Amino acid sequence: MTSTTTATTGADPVRKRSTRSSGGSLGRYILIRALLIIPTVFILVSVVFLLMRSTGDPITAKLGGQVPPDQLAERIHEAGFDRPLIVQYLEYMGGVFTGDFGMTITDNRPVTEVLFTYGSATAELAFYALLVAFAVGIPFGLIAAYFRDKGQDALLRVFAILCYATPVFFAGLLLKLVFAVWLKWLPVAGRASTGSTIEMEFLPNKTGFYTIDAIMTGDPAVLGDVLAHAVLPAIALGLLTAGVFLRLVRTNVIGTLGTDYVDAARSRGVAESRLLRKHAYRPALIPIITVIGLQIALLLGGAVLTETTFEWKGLGFQLVEYIQARDFVAVQGIVALLAVIVALTNFIVDIIAALIDPRVRY
Amino acid sequence: MSTTASTPVAAPVQKLRLRDRIPVVHQLRQSVGLQRGMLVTGLVVTAIFVLTAIFAPLIAPYGFAQLRDVDGPFGSQQPPSADHLFGTTVGGYDVLSRVIWGAQTAILVIIIAVVLSIFAGVLLGLVSGYFGGWLDKVLVVVCDAIYSFPSLLLAIVMAIAISGGQSNLWGGVLAAALSITVVFIPQYFRVIRAETVRIKAEAFVESAKVLGASNSRIMFRHVLRNATRTLPLIFTLNSSEALLTLAGLGFLGFGIEPTAAAEWGYDLNKALSDVTSGIWWTSLYPGLAIVLVVLGITLVGESLNDLADPRLRGRRRVAQSAGVVAETSVVPGGTLTAGPGGLAGLEDEATFDEHGIEVKP
Repeated sequence: MTSTTTATTGADPVRKRSTRSSGGSLGRYILIRALLIIPTVFILVSVVFLLMRSTGDPITAKLGGQVPPDQLAERIHEAGFDRPLIVQYLEYMGGVFTGDFGMTITDNRPVTEVLFTYGSATAELAFYALLVAFAVGIPFGLIAAYFRDKGQDALLRVFAILCYATPVFFAGLLLKLVFAVWLKWLPVAGRASTGSTIEMEFLPNKTGFYTIDAIMTGDPAVLGDVLAHAVLPAIALGLLTAGVFLRLVRTNVIGTLGTDYVDAARSRGVAESRLLRKHAYRPALIPIITVIGLQIALLLGGAVLTETTFEWKGLGFQLVEYIQARDFVAVQGIVALLAVIVALTNFIVDIIAALIDPRVRY
Repeated sequence: MSTTASTPVAAPVQKLRLRDRIPVVHQLRQSVGLQRGMLVTGLVVTAIFVLTAIFAPLIAPYGFAQLRDVDGPFGSQQPPSADHLFGTTVGGYDVLSRVIWGAQTAILVIIIAVVLSIFAGVLLGLVSGYFGGWLDKVLVVVCDAIYSFPSLLLAIVMAIAISGGQSNLWGGVLAAALSITVVFIPQYFRVIRAETVRIKAEAFVESAKVLGASNSRIMFRHVLRNATRTLPLIFTLNSSEALLTLAGLGFLGFGIEPTAAAEWGYDLNKALSDVTSGIWWTSLYPGLAIVLVVLGITLVGESLNDLADPRLRGRRRVAQSAGVVAETSVVPGGTLTAGPGGLAGLEDEATFDEHGIEVKP
């Protein structure tokens, strides 16, 4: 296939040669990859800017019907929302490049402060969800590969599909119903109970990450409370990713189990379970690193739903509120942050993949 | 003999029998054991879903927006009883009826969203891959940016932009479908573009060019017909994703009004507060409906995916000896984007295998 491609006429072979000649340089690869982050973020922020402007303006959304039209028009004029779109766009982009995301329109706070406050909540949720995903996905994937095409495997594959087929919010509702309402083992919603929140408020240098803050209070009851609040949201969100990990580990372990070095070990009389644990397992984990970049996008999307289900006051929860209020500035800020996170994760993952496997850089 | 010379060289050598050419029937005959079980289960569930959607007016005991019958109002949050098998919602609707009618809304959105994104994505991919140049580069970067971003968030912003947040049946269905479309276009774009770039270099395209065929004729007659092999797979997998996105939109309150149509995600949103007081029937049934339909469609898609790849087909011994299986599946969260080829996916078409799916170079 490669030969037919290079045989094409036109500019393609020339371009290809120029890329090939610089091949092998990791530094250059990292540089190109890093530069690609800029258009990605730029495009997403622009798209969201245009879309949000087409939805109306925040002042009408807030005061529409309450004040006479001429007053409304005056307020819109004062805020500058009646200026040509291109002027508003250039002004906003100029601010973004100097690190100024503006002030939110609805509650008049600097966007950077909003991002910091709620971002830590979302990061905490995503971290716990990833823990759940690893803890469930990897062992189950190994089991499925070990019992390939047998009953256990079929069962686990159906479980993996179920993980994907169940919307996060439905999983969340069921978990809530069973463990919080019927069994009363865990709290229903929120990030911490009122008592713990107050105790953490008085910390001199709080981080916004409740787990870290709770440890800093030195009160085991607060830590327990914070962790108990995180269990159900983490499971609901983590299972979504766990299904993907399970299938990935299964496919890759089956792949490595068929390689020559595993055959060689088997012929030396190494036990089947030891083959799995010591020989086939590790190389099969590498592909997981490469899909984590994708999973971050999935996790962030799922986080919006999980946060709404469990009233977990994070970026997603806040984003929905800001969208409803047509708060352009806040929505653009949050989207820009999420875009940066997604682009950065993909960048880091690609670099790790290039370090592990030299074939990726060229 | 100019007539023979002008016939497309790409014509298949041997026509298959009709029953082998119908997509799903062929795979059904090809499958064995567990795989056949999965495919059959998926097909049955999907068939039930489609039939429910079509015959909703006949099956549903009440209308989706009906609050009372001859005996008076249904009442709010009534537990399941003989009159209301699945109970009633907080708004006083019959849960069973709304679950059944919800199938209709779901299927409408799925069909519109997937058909629109196939048309847009295929067209863009074809043009972009065939002509190349700066347009191609720009489209690839834009599609990658959109694809890497959480799709639900983009769909929310789209939904707001299109409908302003609330709407009637067709407005709501169209808004939801269009929002999902935008998110899906990059997927079709990527696959078709990769295939086009590959097929463009084939000898039969060259000969069509030599014969003086126009660009559009080559694109639609020679390239497109050979580039659509992976579409059924993405189609099924996208259908389930479309349904999940629709439900997510509804759950967040950006979906369809309850009086305009029944929508499972919206019902789950309303059930959120019921759960805290231990009312289970308002959330369980709409949620199960989503899970079942997504499960059914995904099972079909998965099986088609496995059957399309000879290394994953159900022959145990063959599969084992095939060694390392490249991650070529188009499964949800799969490797379509991740691009083991990394940057190569942007700059170099050599990283796509014969199925048009990105692999390590």
